[in-house]
Amino acid sequence: MKILVCISSVPDTTSKISFTDGDTKLNKAGVTYIIGPYDDYALARAVELKEQSGATITVLNVGSADAEPQIRKAMAIGADDAIRVDAEPTDSYFVAEQIAAVAKEGNYDLILMGRETSDYNSGVVHGIVGEMLGIPSFSPVMQLDLNGNEAIITREIEGGKEKLTASLPLVLGCQEPIAEWKIPNMRGIMTARTKPLKVILAAGSALTTTEKYSLPAPKGACKMIPAEEAEKLIELLKTEAKVL
Amino acid sequence: MILIFTEIADGSIKKSSLEAIYYGSKVAEMMGTTVTALAIGNADEAELAKAGNFGAAKVLHANDTKLTNPNSMAYASVLTETVKSTGAKVVVTAKSSFADAVTARAAGALNAAVVGNVTELPDLSNGFQVKVSIFTGKAFADVNINGDVKILAIKKNVVAPIESGNSAAVEKISPALADNLFAAKVTETIKATGMISLPEADLVVSGGRGMKGPENWQPLLDLADALGAATACSKPVSDLDWRPHHEHVGQTGVKVSPNLYIACGISGAIQHLAGVNSSKVLVVINKDPEAPFFKAADYGIVGDVFEVLPKLTKAVLANK
Repeated sequence: MKILVCISSVPDTTSKISFTDGDTKLNKAGVTYIIGPYDDYALARAVELKEQSGATITVLNVGSADAEPQIRKAMAIGADDAIRVDAEPTDSYFVAEQIAAVAKEGNYDLILMGRETSDYNSGVVHGIVGEMLGIPSFSPVMQLDLNGNEAIITREIEGGKEKLTASLPLVLGCQEPIAEWKIPNMRGIMTARTKPLKVILAAGSALTTTEKYSLPAPKGACKMIPAEEAEKLIELLKTEAKVL
Repeated sequence: MILIFTEIADGSIKKSSLEAIYYGSKVAEMMGTTVTALAIGNADEAELAKAGNFGAAKVLHANDTKLTNPNSMAYASVLTETVKSTGAKVVVTAKSSFADAVTARAAGALNAAVVGNVTELPDLSNGFQVKVSIFTGKAFADVNINGDVKILAIKKNVVAPIESGNSAAVEKISPALADNLFAAKVTETIKATGMISLPEADLVVSGGRGMKGPENWQPLLDLADALGAATACSKPVSDLDWRPHHEHVGQTGVKVSPNLYIACGISGAIQHLAGVNSSKVLVVINKDPEAPFFKAADYGIVGDVFEVLPKLTKAVLANK
């Protein structure tokens, strides 16, 4: 069993977002980078599958050298080796193209990633990769078990969930509660230092470019209503906010 | 021509898809072209014709029995073939997990640029630029799209449709469907019935740990019922299994953008705010006046949710 886990390197979800260089670049000062929260779930499930029935896990990142701490962390958690495609991950199609190229080389049985990255939230990379490889893709996946060559999947649908079975190879976009996030132990951190990390060049070019960033307009003050007059809220929502 | 990928629920075009059609019609006006909506699955012809009311000139309806159950790969194949046969250069859809799964595969097949969470009409003055919401609503990016085929997934409430009273011509299509599109077997579907769809809802009432347990949800459900609102919850609540996971709103759950979001007993962690920050009006009810959620709210009530909720329900019912 060969598993490819694709991870993004993104600002911690509690980060305050701001921009520099005339609002053309993300201000990285004081921002902590983490493995994409959804990708972290995918990685955790891959490590569980490896522990249960044996597998090799390759972690893949499309990003600059700045992402290497997150790649090493993924190896400390349990990936065996890593590939970094040296390019800024600015466009879903472009990132998917890089992943598909690596996947074609490696003949993986499972290609796992988060349902979306927590920066652009597009949620399309897994589907594009699946189409490029000509294999099925499913997202958002909440449960994944393997029975030989068959995957038993629970996927979230609007207002519920759906159980399905499909033969490997597959591309899956993962979300909780597929597994609990794993924290690397000291032994993992030590061995991760010497695990192979291959850096390769990107092919193709992005179909989109970001020209400028902006922040939402600041929120006005919150209008407080005394609890004993709570019913007044309904009137305000009707006449003032006009949402009822 | 602008093609809209619509989603069907209970035989009709979903409200979010009607918004996508209207958005598409505004883009079509700017580009001097027309809008065609693609509807896949079992739907009533008279219902599909209503797409005209929102600006579609035509509806293409693929209604093979194999397409009755939403299957992202089969739907993507139909979308891909339709883009090719119509020569559409712009595809618009309402953002949803299912639409993402469909448009992603179509993008892969068509070599198309795909951009999600679009929040405004495009700027065509210098190429094709759209504003998208990024970092789960914490910021925006102005993105230039250079691909030959462009796929846009729009957020809810980006446009306020004005109905024209027109009706669209409905044309049946029978795209070829390869067997391998149906390789996955759905063994079980668990779906809450009779519930208002959370991503589609205009009004949402949501509960957090301040509700103190699943047995205390009735006052919240009563208010939702009186308003005709969908119900939601915070992450801790779904983690504790007080409410089902599909109700979880936040960074790692559903992102909603209703007209009104009422948060009951939710402190307002940044991860929760990420899922609700594009709501038009935010109401926060919390007994802790220091709850961070009040900083993001439009209206606030400091008080016990179990005392406040019945008052609100009573006021809604009295006003009906």
